[in-house]
Amino acid sequence: MTMDKLIVDDTSYETFFTEKYRKRIPWRPHDPKLVTAFLPGTICEVRVAPGKKVNEGDTLFVFEAMKMMNTVLAHTNGTVKVVHITVGTMVTKGQLLVEFQ
Amino acid sequence: MGGGEQATQKQAAMGKLTARERVQELLDADSFHEYDLFVEHTCNDFDMDKKRLPADGVITGTGMIGGHPVSVFAQDFTVAGGSLGLAHARKITKVMDHALKMGMPLIGINDSGGARIQEGVNSLAGYGEIFYRNTIASGVIPQLSVILGPCAGGAVYSPALTDFVFVVDKISKMFITGPEVIKTVLGEEISMEDLGGARVQTEITGNAHFFAESEMECMGQIKRLLTFIPWSNKAPALALPPRPPKVSFDIERIIPPEANKPYDIRDVIRSIVDNSDFLEVQERWASNIVIGFARIEGQTVGIVGNQPLVMAGVLDVDSSDKAARFIRYCDAFNIPLVTLVDLPGYLPGVDQEHAGVIRHGAKLLYSYSEATVPKITVILRKAYGGGYIAMCSRHLGADFVFAWPTAEIAVMGPEGAANIIFRNEIQTAANPDEMRKKKVQEYSEKFANPYIAAANGHIDAVIPPSETRASIVHSLRVSTNKTEIRPTRKHGIPPF
Repeated sequence: MTMDKLIVDDTSYETFFTEKYRKRIPWRPHDPKLVTAFLPGTICEVRVAPGKKVNEGDTLFVFEAMKMMNTVLAHTNGTVKVVHITVGTMVTKGQLLVEFQ
Repeated sequence: MGGGEQATQKQAAMGKLTARERVQELLDADSFHEYDLFVEHTCNDFDMDKKRLPADGVITGTGMIGGHPVSVFAQDFTVAGGSLGLAHARKITKVMDHALKMGMPLIGINDSGGARIQEGVNSLAGYGEIFYRNTIASGVIPQLSVILGPCAGGAVYSPALTDFVFVVDKISKMFITGPEVIKTVLGEEISMEDLGGARVQTEITGNAHFFAESEMECMGQIKRLLTFIPWSNKAPALALPPRPPKVSFDIERIIPPEANKPYDIRDVIRSIVDNSDFLEVQERWASNIVIGFARIEGQTVGIVGNQPLVMAGVLDVDSSDKAARFIRYCDAFNIPLVTLVDLPGYLPGVDQEHAGVIRHGAKLLYSYSEATVPKITVILRKAYGGGYIAMCSRHLGADFVFAWPTAEIAVMGPEGAANIIFRNEIQTAANPDEMRKKKVQEYSEKFANPYIAAANGHIDAVIPPSETRASIVHSLRVSTNKTEIRPTRKHGIPPF
């Protein structure tokens, strides 16, 4: 059985990793150009289309999740590049919904 | 009794015993005294007045295990799916009240589809009254939850509030929202087993403490645990005649001389405790720390040890949670703590920091500091940095701290320390690698040993491994009458 190597303070230790550690998702910085679902749910209304200019605070779309209508607003000014959703799309948590240029 | 022949056959087809069979298997022969056999629900809505539910779907009473009294309830899945209504809940709270008043363990066998929806808010009231009692009895009497079927929705919180949860492969299922809701709301398809089966609860979530392949094995585990723990916080655990460890566990040969090579800490535990008999708790979860019960000179002790075999024995979110709760259990029930230290520190990583390793790690400091039971610490090899402090150091109130000659008590390992302290010398050297090696060596000789800590009184003695058991035995004898008074307060505020 080959052992794993865990480095703590520049020392490499021979050991076995846990499944949880093996399966951990490497961290990636947040990309402000990508709007992802913070909850799973169903899209009720889409107010943007590719090429549309939006200002911070404008409504991008409305989706129903956890028995609530959630309005998703633009965090910054920008131009919409891709819209991945239409009314009725069921989205999972973390799914990419709208991309900005 | 029960829900009739058809329902009983269905229960058997699922590989499950009936509620009554379970109670019989658990208790000493002919010791069960049943309560409230004739209790019925009083619900009139949704045609419930036409439904007779034998014993309202739960068997309750008291009995003996190994001649000692216990309170028991067993939900009967053959009666309306073991669903919980107010009468069912009040039967349970009656035996809970008895257990608390009489100072005996409570064993709850859960096998229920959940709330009896026809009873509406009354069934929620029933759950709430159970949770309240679980909380009030916490730390006073042992509370064991045995999951032998579904335990879903609000029902899961009673087991979660109790001390030990037992699960059986392919039979136990625990979750807040089931696969159907998840599919409807989220569109994710998952089986009950993958969502909250026995393996999930013992390997991924840490919600359960003991995993068994069959119900019979599970009953054996319950009885074995009850031989180690006190039956209330007012009584000591059963004392057995002292027995030496088995000779097959040779403490001198377990630990490799190189500080970065692993070994199984459980071998060290077995080389120290009576008859090498160690009951590990939460064996499959956060196994970078090992916790469990054993006896030394016939008296129960709680053991916490870093496990170099898994994740080099580091502390992280899960292992801190696991050890902290166990320490509080031992403290509540007056079980002395023996801590075996060999860890490189805390696990580095974004996932750990973002998961709140600060808050979770603090639980370990809190639990050790708070505990007033005898606290004995043995440093076997590495005790670096925050890990040294956290693992029941003298500074957190350890009564006895021993170190083996192989102990390295330092702020960090020699490589890391040399790279920081001698950064300039290494960088400006003609041959940096050679200089680094020299400086690591220099640091190792000076600091990677137990003698500086010993000179400062942070440890009491440097002992050869062969004297470990004798030193623990002496410490336990000396601390028989240990008393430690804490300032008056309602309760502390641990970093939950």
